[in-house]
Amino acid sequence: MTFTLDAAVAARGFDVSLSLAEGETVAVLGPNGAGKSTLLSIVAGLLRPDAGRAQVDGRILFELGPGLNAWTAPHRRGSALLAQEPLLFPHLTALENVAFGPRSAGAARAQARQTARHWLAEVDAADLAGRRPAELSGGQAQRVAVARALAADPELLLLDEPMAALDVHAAPLLRRLLKRVLAGRRAIIVTHDVLDAYMLADRVIVLEQGRITEDGPTRDVLQRPRSRFAAGLAGLNLVAGTVTGTGLRTAAGQEFAGRHEEPPVPGQSGVAAFPPSAVSVFLSEAHGSPRNSFPVTVTDLEPHGDQIRVRAGELSADVTPAASADLGLAPGVGVYFVVKAAAVSIYPA
Amino acid sequence: MTRHGYSGIPRWVLAIAAAAALFVLLPLAAMVARVNWPQFIPLLTSEASLTALGLSLRTAAASTVLCVLLGVPLALVLARGDFPGQRLLRSFVLLPLVLPPVVGGIALLYTFGRQGLLGRSLEVAGIQIAFSTTAVVLAQTFVALPFLVVSLEGALRSAGSRYEAVAATLGARPTTVLRRVTVPLVLPGLASGAVLSFARSLGEFGATLTFAGSLQGVTRTLPLEIYLQRETDADAAVALSLLLVAVAVIVVGLSYRGPAAAGRRAGSSAGSGQVRG
Amino acid sequence: MSRLRKAAALLLAGALAAGTAACAAPAGGGGTDKNLTVFAAASLKAPFTALAGEFEASHPGTRVVLSFAGSADLATQLSQGAPADVFASADLKNMAKVADAGLVSGTPRDFASNVLAIAVPPANPAGIESFADLAKPGVKVVVCAAQVPCGAAAKSVQGKTGVALKPVSEESSVTDVLGKVTSGEADAGLVYVTDVRAAGSKVRGIPFPEAAAAVNHYPIAALKTSRNQELSDAFISLVTGAGGRKVLADAGFGSP
Repeated sequence: MTFTLDAAVAARGFDVSLSLAEGETVAVLGPNGAGKSTLLSIVAGLLRPDAGRAQVDGRILFELGPGLNAWTAPHRRGSALLAQEPLLFPHLTALENVAFGPRSAGAARAQARQTARHWLAEVDAADLAGRRPAELSGGQAQRVAVARALAADPELLLLDEPMAALDVHAAPLLRRLLKRVLAGRRAIIVTHDVLDAYMLADRVIVLEQGRITEDGPTRDVLQRPRSRFAAGLAGLNLVAGTVTGTGLRTAAGQEFAGRHEEPPVPGQSGVAAFPPSAVSVFLSEAHGSPRNSFPVTVTDLEPHGDQIRVRAGELSADVTPAASADLGLAPGVGVYFVVKAAAVSIYPA
Repeated sequence: MTRHGYSGIPRWVLAIAAAAALFVLLPLAAMVARVNWPQFIPLLTSEASLTALGLSLRTAAASTVLCVLLGVPLALVLARGDFPGQRLLRSFVLLPLVLPPVVGGIALLYTFGRQGLLGRSLEVAGIQIAFSTTAVVLAQTFVALPFLVVSLEGALRSAGSRYEAVAATLGARPTTVLRRVTVPLVLPGLASGAVLSFARSLGEFGATLTFAGSLQGVTRTLPLEIYLQRETDADAAVALSLLLVAVAVIVVGLSYRGPAAAGRRAGSSAGSGQVRG
Repeated sequence: MSRLRKAAALLLAGALAAGTAACAAPAGGGGTDKNLTVFAAASLKAPFTALAGEFEASHPGTRVVLSFAGSADLATQLSQGAPADVFASADLKNMAKVADAGLVSGTPRDFASNVLAIAVPPANPAGIESFADLAKPGVKVVVCAAQVPCGAAAKSVQGKTGVALKPVSEESSVTDVLGKVTSGEADAGLVYVTDVRAAGSKVRGIPFPEAAAAVNHYPIAALKTSRNQELSDAFISLVTGAGGRKVLADAGFGSP
């Protein structure tokens, strides 16, 4: 355990205990107002908790409570913050923005610029070096912001819904970029998108009303949710496999036709995502392109709003109670799950 | 106005606005009409006038520098700080804006004068402020400081502290954040505040007269020279007044370009943080 | 819309009229028979206020409206058309200015004189006893600027005595000189005897014989704009007569 945090803020009903291993990326999920941003602010040193303790690699970030008053200022914490908005300094060029961290750490101008160029190249933004933030699109600016955060060489990277302000075209690009740069890096990413958690994080924490209600490996939490919030999120069917020209092939050889969210690179690993509401349940195989039909065995039935959620291993489908009765669904029954290709999104992973 | 679309201004408002503008412009025009043009240049270039103008420019420049040095920290504390008595402090700092300058002069007298609160200790230390150019600068700074503080505090508040928070997490010390992020972000506001302070210093009369005295080349600034010339030579007073008006118009013109530029800049930076479709 | 505009125009006209009336009222004595407007130098405030009371008592139904300011200001106002019945100046120069503008009816008459005196703080920290003491190094002396009458007087005294002062400030008015002395900023100031008298215990006055080199004469005259020459002449008679002399002498003024 190289990063540990215990913090309480009475006024916000916030009380969280958290730890991160070396190189571990944790996704924080939770409803609005659950305290996700509070958590990041406390770690960054922008908000002072009433009591608690945090350390990174044995270095105390804060230790507050009766008789304790240790506090490390934000600039000495080594925890770069990437917010929803890029917040690039408007009076500096992209290059100068990225060089800001190294310069602040005491690097010479030339050295800092070299570091900045390296990180701009790393986020595919080398050609934007001379531009002012006002001359960048939202996606470009956020990429530069990622480079700026990484150039500061943070011991802990804090990301606050970095994709939330981006449009549907820019988000997948940034997500893939983050997957690359977060690999093996200690980071906390606050998100409302289960896909972010699935693709970027080793571990998921669910925060509800200032308390951690779930904490575990991403797959476990999303497949066996214990909290109501995680259960809501986990509804999305996610199937891992290899990207093909038309969709995705699972390790078991199952083909999924779907909509590529990005130009496909066949052979790359990817994930197919589709909501349970898009899945129909049949007793016999119902072929016909562009549909995906695959045999499963029902493992569980549970009410989901005014529908019945039919679980079959890692996948689920929503059907009406009447349909469920007509089909005679029960655990152990073999059925076919059918989903239109148009409802399946394929992401590179 | 109509070229750019609906203005929504009732016509009777326009009529009153025109009367208001006239109310300001007419006295200026009346003064221009009274200028003794054949003698204008000789009146302006008399030794007393040039000395007063030079002194005014020098003291106003010094006061502006002092206003920036003192006002930037004060505005920062008022805009970013969070402490008991903050509102009270702001009210007191802004007081010289509404105080008659003579009252300011009397207050300064009882502070820095020979018999004053600090003046006595300063006198012991061999520093004499009364009747010196330093007194002029102090009087000008006293009345001009609120202009800088108000202008800068507004700029700081509208800029917000999010950029500063990001800069801190990137490892920048508070002083570095101030130098490389905060000040550049509010530079237009700071510039217009400094220009207004300069203008106010240039026009300062009451506090100077009460506190610093009036001696050619030492404490007699342009407004004091005008006040004195008025006693004997109305033509000289009018010529100098016109000069002061010209300087003020230039200065105010500069400062009103400032906020507009600031607005453009803030708009573009806000834009970069928004969703692009 | 046109009704609104009319209303706005009326409003504006009304405001302007009210403003004009308000501005005109205090100085509007020239037009009313029973009002006597007197423009007098600021240094005459105390004796003229007393004399105005006397005049009103002996002329029932008459109101004396007094306007005090620097002589130069008053002369400027008069030449700009300010309506007044009587003008009393603190120097001959400003009276001459008004006379040259053709505003004086008859000949101005001197009614009082004034000489300079040294004013020092009650404790007299610099130990000033004579005019020559003012030139001692380190003494902070404040005088009037040469452009105003008290400054001109100070200048001619210096010229006649050969004592050159190095003032730390040359103020625009006697009041400002006195203020610097009462606040203790200055060690000494050159003002009029009457100012020292009026300041009471706040300053100590030191008369000096060299002051005789520059005697300031106060002239008074009726103005052509006056609608009531008789009343104006009556007031001037009071000022220049025995009654006036006594009140002026009490205030420190010398005989004309």
